[in-house]
Amino acid sequence: MLRYAALKTGRALFVVWAAFTLTFVLLFVLPANPEDLLFDPTELNTIPEEVREQVAANYGFDEPVVVQYFQRLGHALAGDFGNSVQSGKPVTEAVLGVLPSTLILSAGALALAALIAYAIALTATSTRRPWLRNLVESLPSAAVSVPVFLSGILLLQVFAFRLGWFPAFGSDGPASLVLPLVTLAIPVSGPIAQLLVRRFTAELESGYVTTSRAKGATRDQIVKGDVFRNASLPALTITGVTFGNLIAGSVITETVFAREGIGRLTQTAINTLDVPLVQGIVVLVAASFALINLAVDLVYPLLDPRLRATLAAATA
Amino acid sequence: MTEDPLLRIDDLTVEYKSARHWAPAVRGASLRVEPGEFVSLVGESGSGKTTLVQAALGLLPPSARQSAGTVHYSDVDVTGWSDRRMALVRGNYVGFIPQDPNTSLNPVKKIGQQVIEAVRFNEKQKRDAAAWKEAALESLRTAGLADAERVFAQYPHELSGGMKQRALIAIALAGKPKLILADEPTSALDVTVQQRILDHLAGLRVDLGIGILLVTHDLGVALDRSDRIAVMQGGEIVEEGPVAEVIEHAADPYTRRLLDAAPARHTGRLEPATGTRAEDQPIALRANDIEKTYRLRGRGRRELRALGGVDLEVRQGTTHAIVGESGAGKSTLARILVGFDAPDAGTVHLGDRELTGLGHRQLRELRSDLQFVFQNPFTSLDPRFTVEKIVAEPLRAFKIPGDRRSRVVQLLEAVALDESHLGRLPAELSGGQRQRVAIARALALNPEVLVLDEAVSALDVSVQAQILQLLVDLQGEFGLAYVFVTHDLGVVRLIADDVTVMKDGAVVESGPAVKVFEAPAQDYTRELLAAVPGARLAPANVRLGDCRV
Repeated sequence: MLRYAALKTGRALFVVWAAFTLTFVLLFVLPANPEDLLFDPTELNTIPEEVREQVAANYGFDEPVVVQYFQRLGHALAGDFGNSVQSGKPVTEAVLGVLPSTLILSAGALALAALIAYAIALTATSTRRPWLRNLVESLPSAAVSVPVFLSGILLLQVFAFRLGWFPAFGSDGPASLVLPLVTLAIPVSGPIAQLLVRRFTAELESGYVTTSRAKGATRDQIVKGDVFRNASLPALTITGVTFGNLIAGSVITETVFAREGIGRLTQTAINTLDVPLVQGIVVLVAASFALINLAVDLVYPLLDPRLRATLAAATA
Repeated sequence: MTEDPLLRIDDLTVEYKSARHWAPAVRGASLRVEPGEFVSLVGESGSGKTTLVQAALGLLPPSARQSAGTVHYSDVDVTGWSDRRMALVRGNYVGFIPQDPNTSLNPVKKIGQQVIEAVRFNEKQKRDAAAWKEAALESLRTAGLADAERVFAQYPHELSGGMKQRALIAIALAGKPKLILADEPTSALDVTVQQRILDHLAGLRVDLGIGILLVTHDLGVALDRSDRIAVMQGGEIVEEGPVAEVIEHAADPYTRRLLDAAPARHTGRLEPATGTRAEDQPIALRANDIEKTYRLRGRGRRELRALGGVDLEVRQGTTHAIVGESGAGKSTLARILVGFDAPDAGTVHLGDRELTGLGHRQLRELRSDLQFVFQNPFTSLDPRFTVEKIVAEPLRAFKIPGDRRSRVVQLLEAVALDESHLGRLPAELSGGQRQRVAIARALALNPEVLVLDEAVSALDVSVQAQILQLLVDLQGEFGLAYVFVTHDLGVVRLIADDVTVMKDGAVVESGPAVKVFEAPAQDYTRELLAAVPGARLAPANVRLGDCRV
């Protein structure tokens, strides 16, 4: 069990390290003159050579690549990704400042997506009307195929401009969170719902369901007591992976709704070629992604006794 | 009769929705079970026996409908009851024991909780959690689990197949039903476990006075313990009566053929139609001191000793049967014999050529003399290949010159199929036909030795009889040597010249079949022999190949 946890933690750390190394290679090694990226491209030619050299020395670009790498890695381990080129503020501060806003959005969207997915799966499996089942089962693919920017604009049109129920822009108050949440949750709910519908249907045909029905359980009791947990286990895995989609989706969502957050920050960082900021964001996003999946991996054996048994046998 | 029967099914017809119309699976079947009576419903796959039970329980799948007939429990007509009303009957009045214990328990719930549910759903007046637990433990004990407290706190994957089936019996008993329906409750279990479970069921009938309806494909099992049996074929009940009467004067020709096909009906080895059986033949395949240990994954370095020093000799033109229960190592041995797996120690010789330690290329050369027939004909044939392509595959692989089609036809004829089957896909063949095709494919390269791993286990008894006779005939014709791996001692008696009994990776007893059957030297062999169902079937000399059903 301990070995399993250590293995999974090690894997999570590797993901974060790989993200750091990859961004280092892409941003600092591959460009011929990495310091060029630090200036506005339109003004690049007007900058005197001494200034360039001074900036390069400031950022350590004159050192050998290996030394640079370990210096940056050492700083990164201490939580220091350098200063943002544009604002001059430390990268860590800039990222952590907007991280809560994005985390609330992503976590909320994930919860909402799971809720939608379960609603779809439970309706599809419990209804006795074939037309309703067919309708509900077609929802997941519909949800996936609507792009975030489209559904976002649609929601804005109806609920913010036409009905005026929620604010259209900004990031203050819970009311401003509703529309971005829904926008982000819809495409994410699709794959989860699809998997759940399939799992629920398959589990309902399995042997232990027959046993339960023969015990005298009603259909509702079976769905609640037997099928729910068994069908949810695979969904847990996909939920962890989906979290990556959420962060990617938040870039568009935050832009459409003009919310502050990692998404907006990323967009600005890339537009302005703010290299240290881009690296900080990539590493931090990778870290949160790895953390979520680590949590899923660690929770899984608690929910599935069979996995627990194999782990116990492996470490016995 | 003063009391109503516990279960009375009258003129029941159940239909399944197919592409355009409703196809009947059960046609006008009538059946009753009296209090304290043990009734068996016997039939081969597709005879509708499971559908009949599902209909009685109100558990028909959505694609099926009950279009005629009635189901009475005592004096209550439950025909057409809603699922909610039937839920009150199930568990409470009628308990159900399912077929496969390995999939019939919820994997993420402890056994105790699953039994408690069965208690809770069916209690007459409200009780507290402690009373539920006590009732559940009691039910587990009644089902023959002496260590009920421990099982109570275990998950299904921590129990053996036999213990899981007992837990399922406990669940069926927990609602204190008057009647138990058991659908092939022991088909997935080893013979010795099967015997204990069935003995226990029969004992419960006496102790608790409940009625039992046992659904089985195994006539031997049905005859051993039932008061009455009903035989089902093509959705109809073709024969019904007390056991003794059915054995003596079966009126229906299908029942008589089933009786004749039962392995227990035959004492001696089957005789080939042509050719003679060889005596004192040289050794065709020899295994010496084979050892194989599987290392289980993980750092614990746990090892599973699959085979520990096993010897085997197969004489040319004879059959050597390897018998044992699950986990005995017999399939591992079979795979090593044909070189699919390499042993950790020991040697395998085919004639005077050594197999062990050969590279892939050299092993391939030997394959033409050493062929393998797999257990399940439903998965061992490529579903997209026609029969012709399947049988010709070895010819193509070894680039055998000559007219392939005529060779394929010749091979099909050897296994009693003909040219009309050439263009068919496996899905268009029955289970017996598929296994014939698999055997034809194995024969394509004129092998000396054929290793058959449970080759007839997945087949209905009448089809099994035909395949066994076919194997014996082919042996007489081509002088083949067989290694016949099976869990079924009844089948061994029909086909083997020599027998090796295995248990836990070691040979328990080995010798000529006659000797092992007549005078077994080891307790384990005796135990296995005693567990073979069908003791009440008197031997009769019938040629198995004639039992075409």
